[in-house]
Amino acid sequence: MSAAAPKADSAALFRYVLRLGDLSLVLGQRLGEWVGHCPALEEDLGLANIALDLIGQARLLLSYAGEIEGRGRDEDKLAYLREQGAYLNAILAEQPNGDFGQTIVRQVLIDAFQLELYERLAASRDGRLAAIAAKSVKEVRYHLRYSSDWLVRLGDGTAESHARVQFALDLLWPYTVELFAADDLDTLMAESGIGPDLSEVHSAWNARIDAILNEATLKRPAHRPHAWHGKRGQHSEHLGYILAEMQYLQRIYPDARW
Amino acid sequence: MSAVTLGSEERRKAAGPVAAHAAAARVAAAWRLLASVEDPEIPALSIVDLGLVRFVEVDAGEVLQVGLSPTYVGCPATEVIRRSAQDALRQGGVGGFKVINVLSPAWSSDWITAEGRRKLLEYGIVPPDQSVSNMREVLRGTRLLACPRCQSLDTEVVSEFGSTPCKALHRCRTCLEPFEYFKCI
Repeated sequence: MSAAAPKADSAALFRYVLRLGDLSLVLGQRLGEWVGHCPALEEDLGLANIALDLIGQARLLLSYAGEIEGRGRDEDKLAYLREQGAYLNAILAEQPNGDFGQTIVRQVLIDAFQLELYERLAASRDGRLAAIAAKSVKEVRYHLRYSSDWLVRLGDGTAESHARVQFALDLLWPYTVELFAADDLDTLMAESGIGPDLSEVHSAWNARIDAILNEATLKRPAHRPHAWHGKRGQHSEHLGYILAEMQYLQRIYPDARW
Repeated sequence: MSAVTLGSEERRKAAGPVAAHAAAARVAAAWRLLASVEDPEIPALSIVDLGLVRFVEVDAGEVLQVGLSPTYVGCPATEVIRRSAQDALRQGGVGGFKVINVLSPAWSSDWITAEGRRKLLEYGIVPPDQSVSNMREVLRGTRLLACPRCQSLDTEVVSEFGSTPCKALHRCRTCLEPFEYFKCI
């Protein structure tokens, strides 16, 4: 075996799996805020179903992270009892829902990312991650179909809907940089055959997003440098509010169960 | 390795025809019991009809191993199905058993049995296409679904997400009734 330093590897793998799981968990929780408030019943069901899939992904990933860590933390302990700084999601996921158009823009950007990421992660050397990715990617295809169909309808719709989604796209675009900015952990995972090469994910994502924006008659925003580090635990002010709501019950009644 | 490890099959053979027969009887009994476990969302179908039972076998320690797959990762029915399966096996007295969550290969709607497809249609849900590759055409509306009530082909997609993650919502333009389509995945 040529694999070195298993101890350091498991700590790195733990953080990597948390990044993936936290992205799904935080986005799922955000989408859940729409339940009962969507413009139509069908969209209420659509966004709730997507949220459910995302929380399902998060459960599998956080359970796995807890096993890697080996300190007795399960999916619930990781979701409900970690502080903001221990969350490792890219901060695009925690950005506010805004109007329906803004939620759809955020969803398209992340769905396309998860699709390209999971398709590659399905070939990971880590069998458990590969199985989770292969299972999840089937669902993510439906998520992107839903969100991109809506983006095309809104972008190529009325002057009002077009202006709103273009505004949301300009607003959220800078946060996408973090998804593809490979740090030491991403590089280590790519080199050890566990995670994909993020530059490869980025070019596939670009092609996919350009095609959707083109059909939606939306203008791709110019690249801007960023300084976001949610993947290292430095978050925007929004995550605290999400966690306050999501963790409320477990903080007030520790270890409460159904 | 110093010792030869026998698989469950070899062990049974080594233990003689009586043990092998007993194990086969337990497996058959377990399949019968699981075929009586209803899906909580679509009670017309059993978990065997849906192709959720991946394997039933007796391991080297005489424990009955039952592999179950979730349909969708976040499906709330998964927990209920697991508990119902355990209850059925316990009440049926098949001896020691263990229910294992099988994630890979991922469950596919292709595994819904022919019997399951017939039951779905009777229940008013259009069964998934046999080939996942046709999914695109169905959802784009280029391949028409027949209304399960009046068989009209004049139908349309209302939403890609229905009452559960596994179903899409369609509507018949002839009889004006909504109906569900079990998505290919």
